[in-house]
Parts: sequence; structure tokens; C-alpha cells
Amino acid sequence: MQANTAMATTPTSASADSAAVVIEGLNKHFGDVKALRSLSARIHYGRLTGLVGPDGAGKTTLMRILTGLLVPNAGRVTLAGFDVVKDNDAIHVASGYMPQRFGLYEDLSVMENMRLYAQLRGMDADRNAALFAELLDFTRLAPFTKRLAGKLSGGMKQKLGLACALMARPKVLLLDEPGVGVDPVSRQDLWRMVQALTDEGMAVVWSTAYLDEAERCESVLLLNEGQLLFDGPPQELTAQLKGRSFRLEDVGTERRAVLTKVLDLPSVSDGVIQGAGVRVVLREGATVQDVQLLADQAQVRLAQVPARFEDAFIDLLGGGPGGTSQLAERLSPVELGSDIAVSCRNLTKRFGEFTATDNVSFEVQKGEIFGLLGPNGAGKSTTFKMLCGLLKPTAGEAQVVGHDLRRATGAAKSRLGYMAQKFSLYGLLSVRQNLEFSAGVYGLEGETRRERIEEMIATFDLGGWLSSTPDSLPLGHKQRLALACSLMHRPPVLFLDEPTSGVDPITRREFWTHINGLARKGVTIMVTTHFMDEAEYCDRVAMLSRARLIALDTPDALKRIAANSERPDPTMEDAFIHLVESADRQMEVAA
Amino acid sequence: MFFSAFSFTRLRAQFIKEVLSVLRDPRSRMVVFAPPILQLLIFAFAATLEVRNVDIAVYNQDAGRWSNELVQRLDSARFITHVRHVDSQLQLHELIDRGEVIAALAIPVDFSRAIAAGDSGSAQVLVDGRRSNSGQITVAYLSTIAAEVGAEVIPDAQAPTPVVVRHWFNPNLVYRWYIVPGLTGILALFSSLMITSLSIARERELGTFDQLLVSPTSTPEIIISKSLPALAIGTLLGLFMISAGVFLFGIPFTGSFALLLASLVLFIASVVGIGLMISAVSMTQQQAILGAFAVGIPAVLMSGFATPVENMPVVLQWLAQAIPLTHFLIIVEGSFLKAMPTGDILASLWPLAVIALATLTMATVFVRGRLQ
Repeated sequence: MQANTAMATTPTSASADSAAVVIEGLNKHFGDVKALRSLSARIHYGRLTGLVGPDGAGKTTLMRILTGLLVPNAGRVTLAGFDVVKDNDAIHVASGYMPQRFGLYEDLSVMENMRLYAQLRGMDADRNAALFAELLDFTRLAPFTKRLAGKLSGGMKQKLGLACALMARPKVLLLDEPGVGVDPVSRQDLWRMVQALTDEGMAVVWSTAYLDEAERCESVLLLNEGQLLFDGPPQELTAQLKGRSFRLEDVGTERRAVLTKVLDLPSVSDGVIQGAGVRVVLREGATVQDVQLLADQAQVRLAQVPARFEDAFIDLLGGGPGGTSQLAERLSPVELGSDIAVSCRNLTKRFGEFTATDNVSFEVQKGEIFGLLGPNGAGKSTTFKMLCGLLKPTAGEAQVVGHDLRRATGAAKSRLGYMAQKFSLYGLLSVRQNLEFSAGVYGLEGETRRERIEEMIATFDLGGWLSSTPDSLPLGHKQRLALACSLMHRPPVLFLDEPTSGVDPITRREFWTHINGLARKGVTIMVTTHFMDEAEYCDRVAMLSRARLIALDTPDALKRIAANSERPDPTMEDAFIHLVESADRQMEVAA
Repeated sequence: MFFSAFSFTRLRAQFIKEVLSVLRDPRSRMVVFAPPILQLLIFAFAATLEVRNVDIAVYNQDAGRWSNELVQRLDSARFITHVRHVDSQLQLHELIDRGEVIAALAIPVDFSRAIAAGDSGSAQVLVDGRRSNSGQITVAYLSTIAAEVGAEVIPDAQAPTPVVVRHWFNPNLVYRWYIVPGLTGILALFSSLMITSLSIARERELGTFDQLLVSPTSTPEIIISKSLPALAIGTLLGLFMISAGVFLFGIPFTGSFALLLASLVLFIASVVGIGLMISAVSMTQQQAILGAFAVGIPAVLMSGFATPVENMPVVLQWLAQAIPLTHFLIIVEGSFLKAMPTGDILASLWPLAVIALATLTMATVFVRGRLQ
């Protein structure tokens, strides 16, 4: 955005006087639930402040208090010098707020939405043509002004929401999880826009559960269970972890076994798989000795790596879960007739004129963790749905353990497990009834059924929750229940559709511990995800863009493609953006 | 692992799930239990087509005997609360304009004189046409009163007796005798329509429908497991209303109970099919409820409950034949009051069977269509 002087109303200096938001002793509770506990912090102009924490940490509650939508139980909050309770009307003028699901009118076009929001702000839409042009240019939505908001992709909706929130040129911009459901390419765009706004002196608050997003903020408020764990630049927090992050390089096929061993070491606080390597964080004061010993046994190199914000976060919360999956321990190894668990050939799906999946072919080996990645609308969920039998392909075929999904639907379906993003549990049934239902619907009877259910209850520690409803469970337990339900019939292939969206990092690690364990027992895992660090857990990743398969390889190989002299060690996200952009360029050349 | 297209275990698991969902979902529970009780109360005590508690205005210009006689009879008539006496034609009009009286009687100066002279006296009756139905009934009541006055004028005369109407099956034209049997059908219709139209939509909102579709369960199993609870609840509700009719309102039940039960079950089965079709195309529970009303209300209006099917244009009469309620109303009204013969019941029963088969088959196709 150029020459936007109206927005730069406040000088950018980091002095205490320039605080855009001052929070003092803030408390908020809903019934017995304490959403925020004695919170004090300052948010400054001209800076991007990350409001970071897992789901249920109190991020949205804080946001809504800042915008004057909620009244705190105790404490004081001022925004741009106005008290959020006493000067409530002034707050609405001084702040721009973009809720998680921005209130776009889906049946109005992009332009009509913008005009509506301008009018709601008391602005004459016709006199503000210049502002509109500027906002459209800024959000790169100019080519889509006539498109209905409901037909926009997730990323474009967020950009339109941002344009509407910027309409009144607020001094403080509050964005509630703008990165959710947005692919890395669109996310990049959002970052660029927010950067431009802070450069002009606006205070921007970006709330997120993604810890890699936190790392890009200039300052961070780290929340957990309503308490402020950290306030300051993210580098300051990661600096505390200096010398405690290591990577076992090129472990290869043994990496899951190595990860299990590493996580079971008392000196290790956290560990994840990164491509062919295993990333390890030591506990405070622990020595690298044990890990070095393990590296020597596995005959791999142990290298020190810079700490990440996520390492620090997990460490603050007392480390991740252990490496052994109770679930996988109990499972007998999967035996299949062939080595190919899932395959598709020339898979195509058209909805009228629109081609969602175009001629996609690949084969997935038994025991492989196979990831499907792609920007929003690239066709990954259409492809995924055809592979698990939720959609019928227009052309081509899909097979699960040798059964054609079109001809032997039932037979194929009885060999696959499925876990959806929203966990798909029956909220009106108790935990036990949910387990009984999924056992029954997969045809388990009598003694087997009873045994399996008891086994799942024991494995996932659900004993104390049997008569509660799934919605009253803590998120981690809810996820365990969903996993238990989808594994009740011991499927050799497990489909996971964005399984950890909106789940905190610790629960996510526990989940992946189980998934790793299952893969080691020969269960084939098909997964779609928006988390790039989850893509690292995959053996191979299929990258889809504009309905086509643009790349299929191991995470490390994909990263190598994106490597250049400026960026010798690209992240998965870099690789993702690189691949999608170069595929787009190729298509434009071809067209 | 063996695989069969139909499994009792899978069916049972889904059936239990459905029953629990209906009984635990506050929305379903309200749909199931609130309307019968409410409607029972409303129709038992409030809704009626009889005219009662109305006011009548009288502008009596005559001071003679016969006008007095007429006004006194009006005063003591049970359906009139107040007789408002006015002094001018203008006031009469105003009372009607303001809706304070439903009808007004203007008695001319020569009313008694004309009667005394052996002529017939005539008086003007003004009726509020905005309430046409009640107005007409009021006029009928007023004519009866006038006829009584006339009888008194010439007590011995064998005046030609006016037509004496005898209402068969419902000799006293008790309104409830007519409305309660019909209500049985309507209540059962709405309850089973709601339960089923919510069932798939609810699962879709929760995301559990996908979970169900990826399991080896077959579409007929889904349809059966979703039909049975609604079928059971709808039938029980119908039976509840029927027994309320018999034991609470004392409506004579003269037909065959077994045949009525059979038609009730078939009727609900056909409604369940419609409900499942609505549910299969709805993305949310809100859409499902709207869809249920969009189908349910026209169905009731065209079923012959409020207006006779024979009065409708021919095309709509055909359409009415496709509405299960049309056939069920014939059976239930017949069973209650007129001991409908078996042959006549069967004539309405087979269309119900055809409709049930058609809607349930289409529901299966619709649900399967979600897989495209």
C-alpha cells in the first residue's frame, strides 16, 4: 500500500508511551472455566505481535476483550488510549478486528461485501473509489471483484476479510488465527500485507496456534491455559534453548525406531522426525551423552542445530510425550497379499466444467506414511475422498489393498480406517456408546467386540470418561477416542484427513507417536495436512496443484529441489511454495 | 476378511445409535413430545368452528310487541355475549367497521305493525364480511331465532316445516369428532418427517456421515436403521392420539383397529421416505427443518384436512393422490365415525403401500447419490 498517510497516525517508537494496548491484571472466567488469569502485557505500535498458544489457551477471549466484545471480570485494558469498557464506541473506530471466520456475506460479491462494510462504517462507498482500488490492489483481489465471496478459496476469503477490516483505517488491527485453513502460498501473501501495515505504524496482533508463525512475529505473547508464559521477542525465548537442539542426520528407514528410542531417554525433552533425520531437544541441564551413544549405535552423525520457537514452547510446557505407543505395542504386524496398499491410476474427477483432480496416478507401499499436500482448492481433498470411497471418480480407478473401490466397495471399505478433521464423533452418545457403535458398524460381534473395546479403553486411557460425551473430553482425549474408533477393526490402511488441525503441539506429538508406531507395524497411513512439520513425518509426499500431481518424492528430496545459493537448507514450507510457484509458471508458459 | 452386503450386527449398532440420538437430541425430543401435547390442548379447548361469545348490535326503530320479542330472544341466545343497542344507522355501521360486533340488526318502524296486519315483518341484517365464515354461521343462527319468533306469531298454523338436516355419523356436528382423527395423521406426519429429515443432516453437520460412508455399511442398512426409530415413534404417537380421541374426547371408534394400525404404519413409512430424501439433500439441520416444513405444510393443505380434495383443480387433485396424508385421512376418519368397510379401507391402503415403496426407494437412491 503506497502513500497511505492516514494510517500512519502514530509515530513508531518502542517507548512505553507508544503502547497501542495496555493490559493490566486481566481476568476473565466463564462459569468455572478460567479463560484468562491475571494477565498483564503491552502491545506496541508499528510492530507485529503474535498472540501464540494452543487451542483453548485464551487467545480468542483476549481478542474479544480487546475489541470490546467481552467485558473482563477484573483488570483494565486500554486500546489506543481508550478504555475497552468505558469508551466502547471509540474502540470500534480505533480497532479493526478480523474474527476466525470473518463475517463475509457469502451470497454477495467481493465488491458488494466491501461496499457493505464501508457503508457500515458510515463511509460513502462511491466517494472512496481510490481507497477501494488501493485495498483491492493490496490484497490482489482486483481480478475477482465480481466473484461471490462464498466461491473464494480459504486464502482469498481471509484477504477479503482483511480488506474489510482495514476499511476504516484502524490504529490497531486484530487478526484472530488468520492462518487457519490457509495454504502456505496464501499465508505468504498475508504476511507480506501485515508487514506493509506495521511499517506504516499500525499495531497488528496476529493470533495463532502455529508455532512457526510465532517465530516470524517481532514480539510474542505466549499463552497457555489462560496464563501468560512469555512476553517478548521470540528470539529471546529460543535463545534460552541454545545448545540443546540436535539432529541425527540421514537416519533413513530406521528413523521411526530411532525416534522411539530417543524419546524414551530421560535426558530428552522433545523429538520429531524431520525428513530422513530425527530432531532432538535435550532437557535443561542434560548432557548429549545418551543421544550421542544412540547415534553411534545407529551409525549416524549427530549435529547441533539452531533452536526453534516450538522447541522452547514444548520445553516451557515440560516436554513432549514418550516415544512408545501403547497402541502399536498391542498390535500384531499387518500382513498383506501384496506390497502395494493403496494405488490409483489416471484418477480424474470433474464437477461439471470444473476439474478437481486431473489424471493422478501413484502407488503407496505397505507400511508407508504417505502425505497429500497442496494449496487450498488444489484437489487434494477430492483425491483423498476418492481414495477412501467418499467420492466416485469420473475416470480412472482407485484400489485399497487390491480391492477396487468401485466394484468391491464394501470389501475395500472394511479394510480401511478413516479419521476426519473434526473427529466425527457422535456428540449425543457417550464415549462407550461411540466405541460400541464403531465396533458394531464394522461388523465386530460377541467376544471379539468386547475384547477390542476393552483393549481400546485400556490403550488410550479412556476408562475414566466412559459415560461422558465426547464434547466434554479434553482435546487430547477426544482425539484418542477418534483414533480408537477408526482403528477398532484393525484396518491395514488408515486415512487421516487433516487430523491435527487446531490441536496443540503436545497432543499432536502424542498422535504422531501412535501413527509412527502403527507404521512400524506395517499399517499404511494416508494423510492430508496443512502443517509442514507434519509433512516431515511422511515417507513420501505427493504435491498437488491445480488438480495435478506436480511432485512426488521424499520430503528431503522435495526440499533439495527448492535449495539454491541463497537458501541452502530450505524448510518444507519453502519447498512447498517453490514447487507450487514453478508449476504455476510452467502452466502459464504452456498456456 | 469376509464381507457381506447385509449384516445384522452393523444394522443393530446403527439402530441403537439412531434411537439414542433421537432421544438425547433436545431438538428431536421437542419435535417428538411437544407438539402432540400442545395440539391436544389447543384443539380440545381453543380451536373450534362454532360461533360463540360474539356481540350483536341492534337498532330498534319499532316499539311494538314483535320487535321486543325478537330482541328478548337475542338477549337470551347463548351464542351472544352482549346485545348492543344503538340509536342510529350510523352507529350501527361504526360498530361493524370497528369490528366490535359481528352482525347488526336494523328493525324498521313498521315491523310490528306489518305483522299485526298479517304481513310478514322484515328486518335488515348487516354482517361483517371480513369474518365471512363466522358471519354466515351467525346469520344462520339469527334466521333460526327469527323463525322461532314467526312460529309464535301464528302458533297454530301448520307452517311448512323448514328442511330438517340430520348429520349422519356426527349427529350433533361435534367439531372435535371431526378434527381429532385428522390431527392423528398430521401429528404423526410432522413428527416422523422431522425426525428423519434431521437424521442425516445432523450427521453431516457432525461429520459422522462421512465416517458412516467409509465404513462397510450399505445404503439399505443406513436407510433401515434411520427408518425404524422414526417408524416406531410415529406409530406410537398416532396410537396415543387415537386413544386420546377414544378415551378423552369420547369419539366413537367404529372401524377395524387392525386395519387402522396397518395403514398407520404404511403411512409413516411413506413419510419416513420423504423425510430421508429431504435429509439426503440438506447440508445442515436448518435446511432440513425448512425442507420438512416446505413439504409438510402444502401436504396438509392439499390432503383434504381443511378443504375437500374434490374442490381443487384437477391437476392438484392428482397431486393430492400422491400425498400419503390424503389416503390416511380417509382411513382414519372412516374408522372413527362411520365403520368404514374393509373394501373401502383397502382401496386407500394400497396407494399408501405404493407411495411408501416409492419414497423409500427414492430415499435409498438419494443417499447413494451423495457418493457421487
